[in-house]
Amino acid sequence: MLEIKNLHVKLEEEDKVILKGVDLTVETGKVHAIMGPNGSGKSTLSYVLSGRDGYEVTEGSATLDGAELLEMEPEERASAGLFLAFQYPVEIPGVGNMTFLRTAVNAQRKARGEEELSAGEFLKVVRQKAATLKIDADMLKRPVNVGFSGGEKKRNEILQMAMLEPKMCILDETDSGLDVDAMRLVADGVNALRDAGRSFLVITHYQRLLDHIKPDVVHIMADGRIIKTGGPELALEVEKNGYAEILAEHGIEGVL
Amino acid sequence: MTAVEKQSPIEARLAALDLPKGGAFGAAREAALARFTAMGLPGRRDEYWRWTDPASLNAPTPVVAKSFDSSDEAPVFNTIDRLKLVFVDGVFDAAASDAPELAGVEITRLAEAADIHWATGLYGSLEAAGQSPVARPFAALNTAAATDGVLIRVTGRAARPVSLIYVHKSEASDPILHHVVKLEPGAELTLLENGPAGARFNKVLEVDVAEGARFHHVRMQGRDHERRAITHIFARVGEGALFKSFTLTANGVLTRNEVVIDITGDDAMAHVAGAALGDGATGAFTHDDTVFVTHGAERGESRQVFKKVLKHGAVGTFQGKILVKPGAQKTDGYQISQSLLLDDDSQFLAKPELEIYADDVKCSHGSTTGAIDDTALFYLRSRGVPMDEAVALMVISFLADAIEEIEDETIKAEVLDRLEAWLARHRG
Repeated sequence: MLEIKNLHVKLEEEDKVILKGVDLTVETGKVHAIMGPNGSGKSTLSYVLSGRDGYEVTEGSATLDGAELLEMEPEERASAGLFLAFQYPVEIPGVGNMTFLRTAVNAQRKARGEEELSAGEFLKVVRQKAATLKIDADMLKRPVNVGFSGGEKKRNEILQMAMLEPKMCILDETDSGLDVDAMRLVADGVNALRDAGRSFLVITHYQRLLDHIKPDVVHIMADGRIIKTGGPELALEVEKNGYAEILAEHGIEGVL
Repeated sequence: MTAVEKQSPIEARLAALDLPKGGAFGAAREAALARFTAMGLPGRRDEYWRWTDPASLNAPTPVVAKSFDSSDEAPVFNTIDRLKLVFVDGVFDAAASDAPELAGVEITRLAEAADIHWATGLYGSLEAAGQSPVARPFAALNTAAATDGVLIRVTGRAARPVSLIYVHKSEASDPILHHVVKLEPGAELTLLENGPAGARFNKVLEVDVAEGARFHHVRMQGRDHERRAITHIFARVGEGALFKSFTLTANGVLTRNEVVIDITGDDAMAHVAGAALGDGATGAFTHDDTVFVTHGAERGESRQVFKKVLKHGAVGTFQGKILVKPGAQKTDGYQISQSLLLDDDSQFLAKPELEIYADDVKCSHGSTTGAIDDTALFYLRSRGVPMDEAVALMVISFLADAIEEIEDETIKAEVLDRLEAWLARHRG
C-alpha cells in the first residue's frame, strides 16, 4: 500500500512550490489514476516518489507498505518494490538492453538478499515475457532504447516492469506519443501484470488510456493537490466537460 | 680558474645511451640521430607539447617506478589463441616467448637482424616521413637508440594474432623498443600489445600496409601506475588497405600516444581509437593522444575516436589533425574526441584540427567534455541499479563508440572485461 500524506514539494534550485499537500492512498491490488491539467504536479509527484534529484520535500511523507520512501536512494526504492515507467524512457548507447535488464534484476535481488538469477534462467524468463509484449530478440540485443520507436520504448518499460515484478507501479503518461494499436499493446502488458499483490498509479491526461487500463479510483490533481476523487465515471466526466468546471468548484483559476 | 664544461640537456640525454652502431639499420640510425640532434628535446614552448610536460621523458635517466605485481590482476588476452613474444625490461625473452613460427609470417628480433634484411630500407623510414610538418623528437631518438624490438613481415593471412607482452621487473628500466611490421599485398595480421614495459618506455611501431592488406592492432596499457611512456605509431596505408588501431589506457603518471597515419593509396581505410581511464586518487594521471592523419589519395576513409574518463585530478589531452592533400578527392575524414569528467577536479584539453586542400571531401570533427547525464543515471537507479554500478554502465556507454572499433568479438570482450574490472576497482 502506498500512502502519501500532506506532501509538500518545491524545486531545489528555485522558490517554486509544486506540490502543496498531496494526500493519496493506493491500496494493495488497486489501480488508481491521476488526471489533471498541465502543470498540476502529476509528473513531479512521480519523480518525487521515485527519488529524482532536484526536488525538496518540505513537509509530509510517502510510505510503501509502511517504509518511508522519501528517505531512500532511488535504487533502494526500486528494491523496496517501486517502479516508475518513464514518460520519456532514456536511451543508453553501448549498453545492451539485456545486460541492463539483467543488471537491474540481479541488483534488486541482491539488495533483497535473494540469490541472483543465472544467465540461463534469466534468458528463459526474459524471452517469455518479451514475447507477450511483441519484443523481438533484436530489441533485446540492441542498446537500451536506442533507435526504438515511441511504442517500442513504452513496451520496453513494461518489459522492465514485468521482469522486476514491483509492488507499486507508477505509469507516467505512458500513453503519450502512442497510436491506438501501440497503446493497446502496452495496456495489455500492464493488465497482464495486474495482481492482488500489485498496485498501480496511472498518470494520464486523457481518458482513452483508462478505457484499456480500467482504474478502481480516479483522482483529479490541480495546483499541487488532489482536488477530487471518484470512480471511473470521474474520468468520463473530465473527458466530456474538461477540467474547467471541477477547477472552478475548487476556486482554482489560471492553471489552464 | 678551471672551466667546468657543462653538458647541454640533449648531450646529457645522449650520453646516457649506448647507441647501437652498424648492421642492417646503421645508416637509418645515423640519420635518425642527426634528425634528433637537429630537432632537439621538446619543451613546453613547442606547440604540441604545451599541455604535456616532457621533462621526465627528456631526463637522462628515468624516475624509478615500482614494478608491477602480476598477482594484482588477471592476465590480459588469455582467452585469445596467439603467438606470444615477451620483452622483459625491454629485452626479448626467448624462453618466455613462443617459437616465432607462424605460417605466412616472418618474425625477426631487431637485435638479431642480419646485416642485410628486408626491413633495411623500411626501419626508420616511416618515422622519418612522419617528422613533417610536426617534429617528433622522441621517435627519432627511438630509431637511433632502440636496442630491441621485432620485425614482422606478413605475406599471407596470419592464423593467429601476434602478441607483444611487456614485463617490467627492474625499477629503473628505461626500454627503447622499435617494431616494424610490413604487410605484403593482401596480407592480414592482428597485433596485440599489453603489459608494463618499464619505468620509462619509448616505443615506436612502424606499420607498412600494402595494397589490399589488413592490419588490426589492439593495445592495452594499464596495470602500472607509475608508468611514463611515449609511444608512436607510424603507418602507411596503401590502396584498398585497412589499418585499425585501438588502445585502452588505464593508469600511468604520463602516457603520450602519438599516431601518424599516411594514407597513400586510393580507397584505403584507417581507423584509430582510444579509450583512457584515469583516476588521480591512485596516482597522478596524465594521458595525451596526439594523432595526425594525412589523406594523400582519393576516396580514403579515416576515423579518429578518442574517449577519456577522468576523475580525481586526472588530466587528458587530445591533439588530432586531419590533413587532406590536394587531389585527395572524396576523402571521408571523421574525428571525435570526448571526455567524461566524473568530478570537478579533472581536466580535458583538446585541439582538433582540419586542414583541407581538396574541394570534394567530407570531413568533420567534434570535441565534447561533460559529466554523466543525470537523467540517464536516475533512469538506471530507478531500476534498482546502485549508484556505483550505474556510473560504471554509463562509463561503458560513453566508451562504446571507441570499443566498437575493435572488430574481433573475443578481443572486444577481453577489453570490456578489463574495463569493467578497472571500474570495479575505482568506484567512488
